[in-house]
Amino acid sequence: MPTRGNTLLLGTRKGLFVFDRIGRAWRLSGVSFLGIPISYAMIDPRTGVLWAGQDHGHWGAKLSRSSDRGRTWAEVPPPKYPEGEVIRNSMMSNDPTAPDKPATLRYIWCIAPGGDDEPNRLYIGTEPGGLFVSDDGGDTWQLNRPLWDHPSRLAGQWFGGGRDHAGIHSVIVDPHNSKRVLIAISCAGTFETTDGGKSWTVRNNGLKSSFLPEPNPEVGHDPHLVVMCPGDTKHLWQQNHCGIWRSEDDGRSWINVTETGGPANFGFAIAVDERDPKCAWVAPAVSDECRVAVNGALSISRTTDGGRRWNALREGLPQEQCYDVIFRHCLDKAGDCLAFGTTTGNVYYSDDRGDRWKCLGNHFPLVYSLRFA
Amino acid sequence: MVRVAFTRHLHRFFPALGETALVDVDSANVRALVGDLDALYPGLAGYLCDDAGALRRHVNIFVDGAPIHDRQGLTDSLDHAANVHIMQALSGG
Repeated sequence: MPTRGNTLLLGTRKGLFVFDRIGRAWRLSGVSFLGIPISYAMIDPRTGVLWAGQDHGHWGAKLSRSSDRGRTWAEVPPPKYPEGEVIRNSMMSNDPTAPDKPATLRYIWCIAPGGDDEPNRLYIGTEPGGLFVSDDGGDTWQLNRPLWDHPSRLAGQWFGGGRDHAGIHSVIVDPHNSKRVLIAISCAGTFETTDGGKSWTVRNNGLKSSFLPEPNPEVGHDPHLVVMCPGDTKHLWQQNHCGIWRSEDDGRSWINVTETGGPANFGFAIAVDERDPKCAWVAPAVSDECRVAVNGALSISRTTDGGRRWNALREGLPQEQCYDVIFRHCLDKAGDCLAFGTTTGNVYYSDDRGDRWKCLGNHFPLVYSLRFA
Repeated sequence: MVRVAFTRHLHRFFPALGETALVDVDSANVRALVGDLDALYPGLAGYLCDDAGALRRHVNIFVDGAPIHDRQGLTDSLDHAANVHIMQALSGG
């Protein structure tokens, strides 16, 4: 298997772009699904299979895979919600008397491989909140019942954030224990299973959501993205709608590490170092109310001390007339290399942990997903 | 026989529709038509309808020039000589 970090997958509003590293530069090696929105794309490191979720405006969410890195594709049946399942009218609905709606696949938020010891397992996180599991390499998908039937969802405590309905955008399998999986939902929060998905525990303790009338509910938070340090898996980070939090106890409690008086506050994306659990990167925007780059300048903020101090990294990034936002799946890290893609179609990368940035291109379509492979 | 014409957009995903994209089937109503078309072009039903079987929001089916009435259940009946057009809404950018 080639070293992670030599391939870059750009899922955009107008297709999938695959880049390969040639020395210190990147070369475009293929374009797939030109003109079609790609909500998420990743290569399964266990099999080398390239997966792409599409978001057709007319024809619905679709799923495709390629065994030759995008030269040829096969469409596979996407996850399907069982007949009769409904989206609960939520506590945030503007019409509490509105009837429940049929649950149908609205969006493929993320695709994640299972553990190394379960090579045929994959996960897909979807809107309206269903986690789908495959144990046959993605040929068929089953709704994870215990999470879908979680009392918090049945009570209407899950609701949309960014999209109309609740969506699972983060699925993290503990690399040392594949029975332990964390998922995060906008909006509901983070849930953990330690028995391979048979039961789920809410992991939102310590979060505060100022957009709620009661800001400390057990469920109803908006983690924009949750990540785990692979080298020290009790350490988690989340870029939340209301700031940045980290946990050093498996998600049992969260510590607010939002920067005071600096840009590291509102944003969508977050990355954590593979080995050092105190080292993380975020991509700041102004605020919930004003979703553009801070002061018209692009920057990535890094902490190396668990969020006590943040350092805005700007070298090589444009510092005027920028209005870009970096969506949740659009910042990634592999070793010393980082890359991000923006809503304005700009893509930058760094070979030195964010100290200096280089431009990969300025005229891509809006970027929904940027992942190393 | 019911004669079905498809939007050109669907040719990209179902090349077997061919250039003329006219298909003759013998279906009693629109629900049956979607099933018959899916048998001919596997996966097509999932492009036209969502998981619950309702017509997707930005898809239209016209029978003899008029949009179908029942977008949820697709119970509109089809005359044996009906002309059906399957179209997509003009939306997005």
